[in-house]
Amino acid sequence: MNAFVDPAGMSGHSGLARGEVLLRVDNVSLSFGGVKAITNISFDILKGEVRAIIGPNGAGKTSMLNVINGFYHPQEGTITWRGQVRRKMRPYEAASHGIARTFQNVALFKGMTTLDNIMTGRGLKMRKNFFWQCLHWGPALKEENEHRRKVEEIIDFLEIQAIRKTPVGRLPYGLQKRVELARALAMEPELLLLDEPMAGMNLEEKEDMSRFILDVNQQFGTTIALIEHDMGVVMDLSDRVVVLDYGRKIADGPPEEVQSNQNVIDAYLGVPHGN
Amino acid sequence: MLYREAGQFKSSYAADQAIFPIAQDRWAVWAFLAVAFLVVPFFVNDYWTNAILLPLLIYGMAALGLNILVGYCGQISLGTGGFMAVGAYASYKLMTSFPELNMIVVVLLSGGITAAVGVMFGLPSLRIKGFYLAVATLAAQFFLVWLFNKVGWFYNYSATGQINAPDRFLFGFQLTGASAQPWVKYLFCLTLLTVFALIAKNLVRGRIGRNWMAIRDMDIAAELIGVRPLMTKLSAFAVSSFYIGMAGSLLFAVYLGAVEVGESFGINVSFLVLFMVIIGGLGSIVGSFMGAAFLVLMPILLKNFMVDGLGLMPVTAKHVEILLMGLLIIFFLIVEPHGLARLWQITKEKLRMWPFPY
Ligand SMILES: Nc1ncnc2c1ncn2[C@@H]1O[C@H](COP(=O)(O)OP(=O)(O)OP(=O)(O)O)[C@@H](O)[C@H]1O
Ligand SMILES: [Mg+2]
Repeated sequence: MNAFVDPAGMSGHSGLARGEVLLRVDNVSLSFGGVKAITNISFDILKGEVRAIIGPNGAGKTSMLNVINGFYHPQEGTITWRGQVRRKMRPYEAASHGIARTFQNVALFKGMTTLDNIMTGRGLKMRKNFFWQCLHWGPALKEENEHRRKVEEIIDFLEIQAIRKTPVGRLPYGLQKRVELARALAMEPELLLLDEPMAGMNLEEKEDMSRFILDVNQQFGTTIALIEHDMGVVMDLSDRVVVLDYGRKIADGPPEEVQSNQNVIDAYLGVPHGN
Repeated sequence: MLYREAGQFKSSYAADQAIFPIAQDRWAVWAFLAVAFLVVPFFVNDYWTNAILLPLLIYGMAALGLNILVGYCGQISLGTGGFMAVGAYASYKLMTSFPELNMIVVVLLSGGITAAVGVMFGLPSLRIKGFYLAVATLAAQFFLVWLFNKVGWFYNYSATGQINAPDRFLFGFQLTGASAQPWVKYLFCLTLLTVFALIAKNLVRGRIGRNWMAIRDMDIAAELIGVRPLMTKLSAFAVSSFYIGMAGSLLFAVYLGAVEVGESFGINVSFLVLFMVIIGGLGSIVGSFMGAAFLVLMPILLKNFMVDGLGLMPVTAKHVEILLMGLLIIFFLIVEPHGLARLWQITKEKLRMWPFPY
């Protein structure tokens, strides 16, 4: 396995020690017109952990990620990122502060190659201005090649060398998910939000993906928030689990504890709502 | 077996990212440029420049500009004619107000002015998309044509409402005006187009181009990885309009010499350039030129064939030509929606396999 990033040398990182609070949401509520997607939710994510967010369909998991990286703005509550309290995030701010994510429905740039998709993830780290971009020469070329090298390391890490020059629209679903992870990793994030990274994968692909997620977490120290339906995967990967149901938090704790929580069992069996 | 990349191993990322990674392509392009720059100028005459070469180069420039906006950044525009008019009138005002100004500077400044206007009309693109944006740019088209018709200052209050390009010289050679030599006009346009095609290629293979394409393909994901939608879209409008403005400037100053805005820069021009981009291939630099070549050359070929070959009346031939062009466009869109550039690419892939089918 290639170690491609020296965590200490990564730019834009907080320098928080493992186990300190990296992100906290307090009393966040979000609604769309009459639909309450999230009701008064609080939880935190610690530096270096794998934090799973689980819950039945429509529980508000994706909405929660969207709040964290500023795509949705909650009506109530605060988000504390690296000790800084704010009412809401903004997408650009989140991205430049080291929050990356993948999407439940693959959101790749379909017309671009695998390589270009991942290179786009490095855009925030590229500095050469418009003039140099026009020339694509000298400093601009040097910068382009430096980032290409980084991207090649990620490509090696995720074992997608063979599809480097393939337009991603032509790739099978499992590989698209992997490219999406690569694009997020290219941002060298401090917090990585993964929205059902294994949905629709076969067993082998799931095992590969689990391995990559663990490697990212352990080798680069990247903090990970993971939405996943497969309980086996959640048990294996996560340090702590937060459980949502109908937009409310119903449990929070280590995987074994959450698994035996009666509220959680009821929610998954649909007991309280007779769904 | 002549055309393949076997044995051409890339030893650096720079080589892998070269514009033409395959050596045969590189040679072909150098040869093409050598002929265009060193041979053609000795043989051009008025017919060749006026009927074929200048329209090809100038519409190639316009198509290239529009392709940056539509093909690379995914923002639709029906205002191309209007933006070309901005370039033309900017040139006219610059040439008449500052007679000493070098023509290269005139064309570049006209591009710059058009870029500013393009950014203004691009502002709504942050809020509106697709058809609605098309309508907004259509409004720009009509507004600009109306403006240049209405406000006398733009045409220096000339009685006809036309603008005429005064005689200008570049390095001692007459470039604009009635007695300018065909080869001077040709080389001037060719040089500008070559330089700016290279710049366009550089932009689209770097950070800025990737951001454009990211916005085109999935704007939400792009935003969440730190691409700023407003900046990115406006830069596409600016660059695109810059090219289109230069095309308008050249069309007026070098090619036509005299322009009436509604006639030369009407809505039909917007559609013509859009067709070039679509037929040539959205999101392809070389496709822009193929599209321009197709729409400039095809009518001439058809006309020659019908009038000289079949002996049709020129008027009848014109009608049939319009009909056939329409059919050809539809045919192309059905057979290869990705345009001539894609057809070309497929041909090359086949060639690479040749003589083995797989
Ligand atoms: N943009 C939106 N507009 C309106 N309602 C929305 C929007 N986004 C989410 N919702 C609603 O918010 C609720 C929570 O949705 P969310 O996508 O967060 O659920 P989820 O937990 O991710 O579910 P799943 O497991 O199906 O992905 C749902 O009722 C959904 O319909
Ligand atoms: Mg979801």
